[in-house]
Amino acid sequence: MNVKVLLFCLLPAAPVLAQGFAGLGTDAEGFAVPERGRALQFPRDHGAHPDYRIEWWYLTATLQDADGRDYGAQWTLFRSALAPGESEGWDSPQVWMGHAGLTTPDTHFSAERFARGGIGQADVAAAPFAARIDDWHMTSTAPDGADAYSALQIAARDADFGYDLRLEANGPLVLHGQDGYSVKSAAGQASYYYSQPFYSVTGTLDLPGGPVAVTGQGWLDREWSSQPLASDQTGWDWFSIVLEDGHRLMGFQLRGRQTFTAGTWITPQGQATALPDGALSFTPQGTAQVAGRDIPVRWQIDWPEQGLSLQTAPVNPQSWMDLTVSYWEGPIRVTGSHDGRGYLEMTGY
Amino acid sequence: MTLQALLSHWARNKMQLAMLLAGLTLATALWSGVQALNAQARGAYATAAALVSTDGAARLESPSGQLPQALFVELRRAGVLVSPVAEGRFIMGDTRVTLLGIEPLTAPPGTAAALADGDLQGFLSGGGYAHPETVAQIGASDMALTPSQAVPVGTVLVDIGTAQTALGMADQISHLMLTGPAPDAMPEGLRMAQADAGAELDGLTDSFHLNLTAFGALAFAVGLFIVHSAVGLAFEQRRGLFRTLRSLGVPLRSLTLALALELALMALIAGLAGLGLGYVMAAALLPDVAATLRGLYGAPVPGSLQFSPVWALAGLAMAFAGAGLAGGQALWRLWHMPVLAPAQPRAWAIASGRAMRWQVVGALALGALAFVLGVFGSGLFAGFALLAAALLAAALLTPAALALCLRMAARLARAPVVQWFWADSRQNLPRLSLALMALMLALAANIGVGTMVASFRATFIGWLDQRLVAEMTVTPRDAAQARELEAFLTSRVDAVLPLRRVDATLAGQPGAVYAMRDHATFRDNWPLIQAAADSWDRLAGEQGALINEQLARRAGLWPGDRVALPGAGDVAILGVYPDYGNPLAQAIVTEDWFDRLYPDTPTRQLAIRTDDPDATRAALLDEFGLTAQAITDQAQAKALSLAIFERTFLITGALNVLTLSVAALALFATLVTLSGLRLVQLAPLWAMGLTVRQLAGLELARALVLAGLTMVLALPVGLMLAQVLLAVINVQAFGWRLPLQIFPADWARLAFWAGLAMLAASAWPAWRLWRGGGEPLLRVFAYER
Repeated sequence: MNVKVLLFCLLPAAPVLAQGFAGLGTDAEGFAVPERGRALQFPRDHGAHPDYRIEWWYLTATLQDADGRDYGAQWTLFRSALAPGESEGWDSPQVWMGHAGLTTPDTHFSAERFARGGIGQADVAAAPFAARIDDWHMTSTAPDGADAYSALQIAARDADFGYDLRLEANGPLVLHGQDGYSVKSAAGQASYYYSQPFYSVTGTLDLPGGPVAVTGQGWLDREWSSQPLASDQTGWDWFSIVLEDGHRLMGFQLRGRQTFTAGTWITPQGQATALPDGALSFTPQGTAQVAGRDIPVRWQIDWPEQGLSLQTAPVNPQSWMDLTVSYWEGPIRVTGSHDGRGYLEMTGY
Repeated sequence: MTLQALLSHWARNKMQLAMLLAGLTLATALWSGVQALNAQARGAYATAAALVSTDGAARLESPSGQLPQALFVELRRAGVLVSPVAEGRFIMGDTRVTLLGIEPLTAPPGTAAALADGDLQGFLSGGGYAHPETVAQIGASDMALTPSQAVPVGTVLVDIGTAQTALGMADQISHLMLTGPAPDAMPEGLRMAQADAGAELDGLTDSFHLNLTAFGALAFAVGLFIVHSAVGLAFEQRRGLFRTLRSLGVPLRSLTLALALELALMALIAGLAGLGLGYVMAAALLPDVAATLRGLYGAPVPGSLQFSPVWALAGLAMAFAGAGLAGGQALWRLWHMPVLAPAQPRAWAIASGRAMRWQVVGALALGALAFVLGVFGSGLFAGFALLAAALLAAALLTPAALALCLRMAARLARAPVVQWFWADSRQNLPRLSLALMALMLALAANIGVGTMVASFRATFIGWLDQRLVAEMTVTPRDAAQARELEAFLTSRVDAVLPLRRVDATLAGQPGAVYAMRDHATFRDNWPLIQAAADSWDRLAGEQGALINEQLARRAGLWPGDRVALPGAGDVAILGVYPDYGNPLAQAIVTEDWFDRLYPDTPTRQLAIRTDDPDATRAALLDEFGLTAQAITDQAQAKALSLAIFERTFLITGALNVLTLSVAALALFATLVTLSGLRLVQLAPLWAMGLTVRQLAGLELARALVLAGLTMVLALPVGLMLAQVLLAVINVQAFGWRLPLQIFPADWARLAFWAGLAMLAASAWPAWRLWRGGGEPLLRVFAYER
């Protein structure tokens, strides 16, 4: 048993707690709770919200090299609070966890970092925007006056892989749910959730075989809450898809006694339509043996109202984030009524 | 059937059975007990090592012992995976502990394991983890303590924030644990050190454990003497039975197998009993061993024993091996015995002149081996081999030497009974020789170890008086307080002598460099074993350094040689000082030079010279506001050092007593089994008019005479042993050499105990002879053929 697992189990709400989820349904006592109708403000809400229990900056990118070979990169910073608020030094109740993933068609790399708040090892500053843990960082390179997320540089490095990517946004921020208030269960659990799904990406991957120049598309998710899941919810399957016609689809299902689905349909111009519970359906089409368990790596996604019928296949079925908190996360290819690329995250298997 | 017939012998000779079992049980108990102690201690080192490092991971540290916390953040930001540690001594409840502050999120897995299944939120908000023994020692405390076996004894594991607050180390850390690859370029002021505390402890304490093992082996060997004599006697007494069984058609193979089976059965019973006894013994001795290891090496060994199947199996194997060794001869002889061998109850091992000559030859060969080892051998192992060879040689010589003494005594005797007494003693010598050898070994070990310890104590006390001249020492909380204290005290006392040190590797050994202020206190009192001319003036002139004896002996560096100090290059050695009780290498340079070499090193202690310690103490407490715990006066320091010293040899004393007891038991076993056989020899004297009472008295007198002679023989052997311990083993094990001093009063005490043991061993056979009256003696003639 590892102390960090315990620590993150103890923190009742880290989002990717794939196993057990003990305590995720507990009361949000002392912590601020998302409220319907509260307008998000930027750049303030790009920064950290220490009064909420959990929060993340979650970037995924589907990438190709000059030969058209597929890659995927993930950069995530999680914040988890033992108590609301922030203070200086070791007394800070904030705990940070960084995850980096890099997928090639035959290998999947993953790494993690942990840090306590209050001492400067990890933090997020709203303006100028910079999120950091150790030498991993997501830093705004946007010109003055522009939204901080309109241009970013991200980098992460571990013993056997690394990447350095530059991202330029070609569209606006997108608020999920009702103006960023995103419901997560039939019982009404909710979070604040917005994205920047319009990045074009250039950069370099450091692989054991040497550096590889890549281009592609990126998607940033920002979410914070104090109690995101209902007590019976055991895990989720989350998709972010960029279709070749320029539309984007964010869709997820939360598995529990009753499956809860939600999603956002985004036009190439950035107009968002929230998809209520039941609008989308997710059907496993094939599993793979990953880390000793059966994981549905091929999916059928249907949105009958819009005539949308997509089949997804992983670039690498073994995209297992083999970390203290482990889960499946990797790039996918999309075919069917529309073609495209995307990212899939599956937890709780 | 055959086995049953064989076993019936033991039903008739219960005492012999008891001796055989007791001998094997004791031998196994002592051996396995010692092994249990060693295993427990080694396990504790591993625990300590796991807590502070990943396998062989390095740590980054500053020679001064402290780093700014900002450097930790800076390194992490540069991608170097390090985890901060803040540690220090701290008084908690009723005891002083090492407060070890770690950062659980970045700490290596070993550290984290100590926290597994624990209340981490509690840990981060000020709770601590400690070994159950330490929790008990601390008693009531403000801190919420969780017992954990994964934390070494004497350490309280807390969050780094908790430790910094408690130790007054705000924004400071002690060192960094490296959890990933080493940085390409070492940041300025930092250096890498192997954090293999466990391996370091292993190396330092190896000698201690080898010492214990040697004692265990000695006790085992003495125990085997008992088993050997009991098995041998039983074999002789059963010659008739063997012949009868063979005549009845029992194949030799079955008979030998049955005898081997019998031996194995005994080994199993005695082995299991020995393990139980060994466990009890180890549990009883462990607190002292733990205290010794903690005092001498700072090794965190818990005082309560845990059962481990490894040493249990090893102990059982030793019991079987011992039984095989002791009984092998009997089996071999049975295998080669003609079917119709004469079945007279011949006493076993009636030594012919030839057998004794062979023993003398063996003794001389072993003596030569010991001599060669003494002259050419080096290392601890060679030292112990030398001891073993020399002791065995002395043991083998014992019967011949005793025979010589008895022959000379017989020549002086005039009265017929006295002449018979000496002749009869000599006649019986071969039968007693094994037990007497065991006694000789035990006595020599006692004299040798006793002399070594007493010599050490005498030297140590003299050295303490010289070294601890400062009337009191003060331990400041941090560097700032150290400066304030020095300023505060300078006008109030005769001298304030700050103690500063940096950890350093000296001639490849772990150690430290110390600063010494040029002051009469040191010039007048600091003892030197060897000194160059004008050593103090040259030290003050920054022309060299003093080193401790450990470093000098291990590295072979003496005045006139040079030693490399970090930052200073090779410097001349001006003198060598004794430094008992410290296992590490040391060098001393003058304070000014030290401060230039290692700037910003915090002062760890201040030694104070004053005529009025009471007033100084009062001023420190009342005016300066120091806590009483921060002040140590001279008497306290001396008492503490002496207590550590006494503990160091407590275990040795306990094992000494046990070895002597085993030897006494061996004598008792032999005398009891011989007493029946001796009736044949005593009967004619009784017939000639000596009373049973006189005969019993003569038996007692013989025991005393033999004990006395053995003691006399053991004296030179013991002194040789002491000399080897002082000049070879101690130098190898601890790094210091002490002069041999002689303590005859101790010998007299030992002679008294040996006599008493011998009397006790012979009292029962003598009493049986006396109480039996003439009837058993008369029966001897009835059976005469």
